[in-house]
Parts: sequence; structure tokens; C-alpha cells
Amino acid sequence: MTPLVRTAAHAGLLACHECGLLARPAAAGIPGHCPRCGEALAWRRPDPIQRTWALLIAAAILYVPANALPVLVTDTIGSNEADTILSGVVFLYSSGSWPLALIVLIASVLIPIGKIVALGYVLVTVQRGSARSNRQRTRLYRTVEFIGRWSMLDVFVDTFVVALVQLAPLMSVQPGPGVLYFMGVVILTMLAAQSFDPRLIWDSASAHGVHDGD
Amino acid sequence: MQHVACRGCDLLQRVPALPPGAKARCRRCGQLVAYRAADPLDAPLALAVASVVTLGIANTSELMSLSAAGRVASTTLLGGSLAMWEQGNEVTAVVVGLCAVVAPIAYVLLLLTVLVAVRFPPAPRWTADLMRWVERVRPWSMTEVLLLGILVALTKISQLATVSTGPGMYAVVALVVLLPWLASSFDAQAVWSRIRWAADEGARS
Repeated sequence: MTPLVRTAAHAGLLACHECGLLARPAAAGIPGHCPRCGEALAWRRPDPIQRTWALLIAAAILYVPANALPVLVTDTIGSNEADTILSGVVFLYSSGSWPLALIVLIASVLIPIGKIVALGYVLVTVQRGSARSNRQRTRLYRTVEFIGRWSMLDVFVDTFVVALVQLAPLMSVQPGPGVLYFMGVVILTMLAAQSFDPRLIWDSASAHGVHDGD
Repeated sequence: MQHVACRGCDLLQRVPALPPGAKARCRRCGQLVAYRAADPLDAPLALAVASVVTLGIANTSELMSLSAAGRVASTTLLGGSLAMWEQGNEVTAVVVGLCAVVAPIAYVLLLLTVLVAVRFPPAPRWTADLMRWVERVRPWSMTEVLLLGILVALTKISQLATVSTGPGMYAVVALVVLLPWLASSFDAQAVWSRIRWAADEGARS
């Protein structure tokens, strides 16, 4: 009979999330501190399900004004134009830079919503105790973690357009209200990915006695 | 021989002694579990020093400028954040300042201090605190996203006026190469093994 996999949790050991040292808890039920680096030990990240859901839902709510409200307002002699993220994409496309239009579309529109959906999916499967597709879900989580920062793209674009185009009354650009909401979406989704513990994906597998990754 | 619990799936594994430059991955989920740098002390230190210099240039030199109808405007990296502040978007200014300026500088300076401190093992306890901050700061250092953002902004503005790039821009490009290189050459375990244990400190006092 093949043995169950041994996770640190099963063996009663704690892995320090800071320096990686394996240690025994200070006493029954009390994790204590890492003897090497002094960081507080924990079996899993605190409240991963609740916190991640709360951050995801908040991010989803902010996603609406982030895209609906303008992010840049351009003042030239004789006209005043407010641009949302999407109209900025259209502008880039129609002025011939379709690769950049695609990049902004992916980074600012698709990635944030993709992160929310992906993390939501992982959360639901973990809550249902699913023990299948662990490797794929782990890969999905890692992709979300890695790609998150790229959604900040539009914030940087807006910042530097505003910083440079200040030649009133000839032309000047101001940031629109959408920027703040958009930044909120990016930060909240980054925090959501940080608050989730990927080991939860595999905890179901270990509990059901699945003896190697599938 | 090292016992580890995978950060991604918690599986207990034994990692054999690795040859220099080798990586070990979790046999269940593929997460990196161990890495032994070929040159754990000198290479990252050299990269950190180079990064500090480049960061200095990137943040103080002109990034780009535009001219239209005889008028000229230019900005630096910090200027982007300041412009947002002046426009009343203080929160955006702080976040942009954090991700574009403060986090990269903090990351490099913290690493530099740690790398110098561990050249004289056992390094004092405050080195452990610095290492903690390195990990906290790293996700917020977004130089590559910043560079792409600047390029897109340049493209947008070039529709309205003539734009040109300054030395700051080249420094940012150099950072996009240097910082990931620094991060991947850094061997955290080599550093942790040279820091005085918290338990030792507690036992003495």
C-alpha cells in the first residue's frame, strides 16, 4: 500500500514563511516563532478564504467605475476630451499603434478581470474540497500572482502623459476620476493574491489520500 | 542535504546538495524549493551597486521632453509622481511614487546592506529584519511595467507634439535588465545561513 504524502502540517512541523526553516511548534496549538529569523510561525496564511473573497469582491465593485469613468482629460485650444481606458485603447488603435492598443487592452481590461475570475475559481474549488487538477490550479494561481503588477500599466501611462503635457493653454492633460478606482482594482487584486494560501489547494489532496500530484 | 516544506503545496522533501547554479523544484507542484547560486555574495553585491548608481541616474535625470509651437516641457521619473500630486490626485501620486521609485530603491538598498553585512558572519539580528523587508518590498517594485507605461505614454504624446528621450530613459531601460538579474542571482538560503539565529540571541539574554 502506498503511503500518504507527508506534508509539513501532517508531520506537525511548521515551515517559516520568511526563511523556510522547518520547526516544531512552541507548544500544542501555539506555533511560536522561527528560531532562525524570529518571524511568527503559522500553519497557513491567516483567514485566506475570507480575506481573499473580501478583497476580490471589493476589486470587482471598483472595476466598474475604473472603466466607466474617464482616466485622462485633454484640454486643447477649442476642445476638451475625456478618455476612458477603453477609448484610450481605441485611440491608440486608430492612430496606427495597434500593438500598444493590444497591450493596454490586455493589461488594463483583461488582466484585472481575469485575475478576479481566476482567483474566484480557485477559491470556489478549494471551498468545495476539490482534489482534482491541483497542478493546473496551482499554475493558475502562480500566473495570477506573477501577472498582477502589469495591470498598473495604465496608471503609469496616465501619470506620464499628465506629467509631460502641461502647456496650457495650448494643450494640457489632467487625470480623470477613473485612475483612482483603477488603481484600487490593481492593488486589491494584488493583495487578494497575497492573502490566499496556495497550499490550501493541496490540503484537500492530502486529506483524501491522493498520493501524488495529478 | 536539506529538509524543506514546499511553499506551494507543503510537501516535505529532502533536497540533495546542489551543484552551483542549480535549482530544485517540488516534485509534486513544481514550485522552486531550493536554489544554490554560483556566486552568492559577490555577484549580487556587484549588481546591487550597479543598480544603486543606475537608480540615481534614473530618478534625477530627464526622462523625456516634448516641444510644440515653440514651447518645451520635460519631466523626470519623480516628476511623474509629483505631477499627479499637483493635480490633486494625492493617492495616485503616492502609489506611483511607491511602485516606481521608493520600492525599487528600498529593495536595492536593503539587499545591498544585507549582502555587506553577511560578508562578516554571523551577521547581527537586524539583518534578519532587513531580509523581511526585502520580501515585503519586492512585489511593489514595478520597473518593467513603468518602462512600458512610459513608452505607451510617449507614443500617445507623439501624436500631439515632438517628443524626445533623455538619459533618464536609458537608465530605466538598464534597470529593467539589472533588477531582475539581481533578484535571480540572490541566494536567500546562503544569506540566512550566515545570520545569527534568533534563538541564540534569546538564550544569551
